[in-house]
Amino acid sequence: MPVIALVGNPNTGKTTLFNALTGLSQKVANYAGVTVEKKEGTCHDQHGKLMRVLDLPGTYSLSARTPDEVIPRDVLLGRRADTAKPDCVICVVDASNLERNLYLAVQVLDLGIPAIVVLNMMDVAEARGLKLSAAALQERLGVPVIPMQANTRQGMERLRVAMSQAELPLAKPGVHPLALREALAKARERLDGEGTTHGSLTLTGTASLLCSLGPDGSDAVADIEAARELMDHDCPGWEEKLVSSHYKRIGELVRDATEQQAAGGPTATDKLDRALLHPILGWVILGGLMTGLFATIFSVAAVPMDWIDAGFGWTADWVKTWMAEGDLRDLLTDGVLAGVGSVVIFLPQILLLFFFIGLLEDTGYMARVAFIMDRLMGLVGLNGRAFIPLLSSYACAIPGIMATRTIANPRERLITILVAPLASCSARLPVYVMMIGVLLPGGTGDVWMKVAFMLGLYALGTVGMFLFAWLFHRRLRSGSGSAMILELPPYRVPALRAVLLRLWERARVFVTQAGTVILVISVLLWAATSYPKPADGDDTDRLTQSIAGQLGKTIEPLIEPLGYDWKMGIGLIASFAAREVFVSTMSILYRADDPADDEGTRPLQTLLREQKRADGSPLFNGKTCLSMLVFYVFAMQCMATLAITRRETNSWKWPLFQFGYLTVTAYLAALLVYQGAGLLGY
Amino acid sequence: MDNTLTPLSGMQVGAAGAVETIDLMRDDSLRVREIGFLPGAMVRVIRRAPLGDPIEVEIGGAHLALRRADAALISVRITADA
Repeated sequence: MPVIALVGNPNTGKTTLFNALTGLSQKVANYAGVTVEKKEGTCHDQHGKLMRVLDLPGTYSLSARTPDEVIPRDVLLGRRADTAKPDCVICVVDASNLERNLYLAVQVLDLGIPAIVVLNMMDVAEARGLKLSAAALQERLGVPVIPMQANTRQGMERLRVAMSQAELPLAKPGVHPLALREALAKARERLDGEGTTHGSLTLTGTASLLCSLGPDGSDAVADIEAARELMDHDCPGWEEKLVSSHYKRIGELVRDATEQQAAGGPTATDKLDRALLHPILGWVILGGLMTGLFATIFSVAAVPMDWIDAGFGWTADWVKTWMAEGDLRDLLTDGVLAGVGSVVIFLPQILLLFFFIGLLEDTGYMARVAFIMDRLMGLVGLNGRAFIPLLSSYACAIPGIMATRTIANPRERLITILVAPLASCSARLPVYVMMIGVLLPGGTGDVWMKVAFMLGLYALGTVGMFLFAWLFHRRLRSGSGSAMILELPPYRVPALRAVLLRLWERARVFVTQAGTVILVISVLLWAATSYPKPADGDDTDRLTQSIAGQLGKTIEPLIEPLGYDWKMGIGLIASFAAREVFVSTMSILYRADDPADDEGTRPLQTLLREQKRADGSPLFNGKTCLSMLVFYVFAMQCMATLAITRRETNSWKWPLFQFGYLTVTAYLAALLVYQGAGLLGY
Repeated sequence: MDNTLTPLSGMQVGAAGAVETIDLMRDDSLRVREIGFLPGAMVRVIRRAPLGDPIEVEIGGAHLALRRADAALISVRITADA
């Protein structure tokens, strides 16, 4: 089956075109060894022949620096084992920003692959008074140039006809200065090692391979470095000469293709930016939008969350009525259903967040948020693009971590992922509410104290987040090249279809990737809290004698300095599945041996306050409660986040490091609080 | 003020000029050139971010944000004042 690759700058409507071509036939996987999405689908040409369509990650140039940029370069040069070299490329070019988009296009056209140029967003160009001649461009380039509006599918038929041509032409190659050509030819010889296809590269292909020392997994790194040195020697300043040579050609192309210049005067984007990036109004709008967004997430998500909760409860009851009592039934209800349910319950929040993040990305406002926040984020070595992922993490770290893909710099992206779990997510709320309730027993006067405590916990997490970001920024070695260049694309009305498709894709990843890990760990945790079984007895006996109960007792010496007993130790272990499990575990452990209450209706907080230590003093005294709260602010008690970090960093090293540093921090902070309070005489 | 050489970071909002030299690190320099900062290219400062950094510039029809520390390494011959 012939393979057609779509290439283009980000924000050119490339993905809209891909969706229009492939519809629901598309599949998203990862390129081997990197966390770059590989989007593939199929489509039929005019004659009904099936072809594979590959949507390559958007990039501005073939000189690659980030993994996202290395993929299109390597696929087009035929350097990837997992992806066949395309038989044809469709270069998607934004007509309203021709000069800059043509930079990538001329590089690609010079690779010696048959090509079609799609002049997308003709409507946007025309609205600005810009008239382009596709025919003139086609004449100059020597390949079909098709004017198009991918969002309304205008031009699709012409594109399909072009794609159906048996013999697509090669573009007329650009001509570089002689000295550059000679040097590149020599460098290509140097590159043509055994087992590579580098010898068949065109001069521009050779140049794009040499232009950067981006991440390159191949064995050719030494050869590339040697060829670069050769270039430096033979043709000093070759990179500048190459860029200038491309731009010289682009200048001629633009001049010949332009029939009428764009009218001057502010565009709609200019007018919008005057308000949205205004020194004062900009903050008001950003603050208002984010407040509205979170208010919507928490209020709207509450409804389906109740349904899911009820649904899982109902299913568990149903299983209990229809299955005979026994281990298998317990495994299903208490292991699988309870474990998966405790994570699926956050799906509405996660989906809403993904939806809003998708809208922010596709309208172009995301780049503005980065622009406004860059200075603040820069203080701790992060980039403005880290703001939305970190903010999202206050609802749930999972969509936050998945949203870090927009951060181009791998180091800044990694730092953002590592600190995201320090944002107090909504799963911590039940723990916070319960422990604050134990700490401050009711009374109207306490309401403001409770609010102050709650805010303090969020502030503590936030301070920790920035502190660790700054520490990692200082410690992690920086790669070459650190300049931040952020494009502020024109505002667009987002295509709902594209937003929903991506939402579906992200949800699928969450359910399959996190889901499998969650299922396994839920079952393991269930087993740990159920076995070995006591001969007879209630829930408490079961828990105390179980592996988890024994573990709780084993770690008691370790957690005693924090002010916890072994029952709390069980809670800590069980809540590794998900933080809010701590509340239900505490409930099981302390409720069952409550002599005053057979009904199980007394508030858990009251019950916990009545627990006594061996010496008769209250178990949940102020310093224990504080120590527990501080522990939950820092601890990474969430296996779903670990699973997502593993996926996004493509290694076990970083999730383990994340778990380690957060757990150690949580332990030390809780120790400091408990022992410090003790020293102060509390 | 015509024809004076100024770092891009020091330009007034609204001022325009022609790029003269680019002194960033090698990889950054290539990247900056590729997005259109070539000697002779016209660049205009659109605005500063609300906190003063980064700055938004227009070059080759595109709007880009650069940190002032990076913009300081690009010198511009001013042709139009703010």
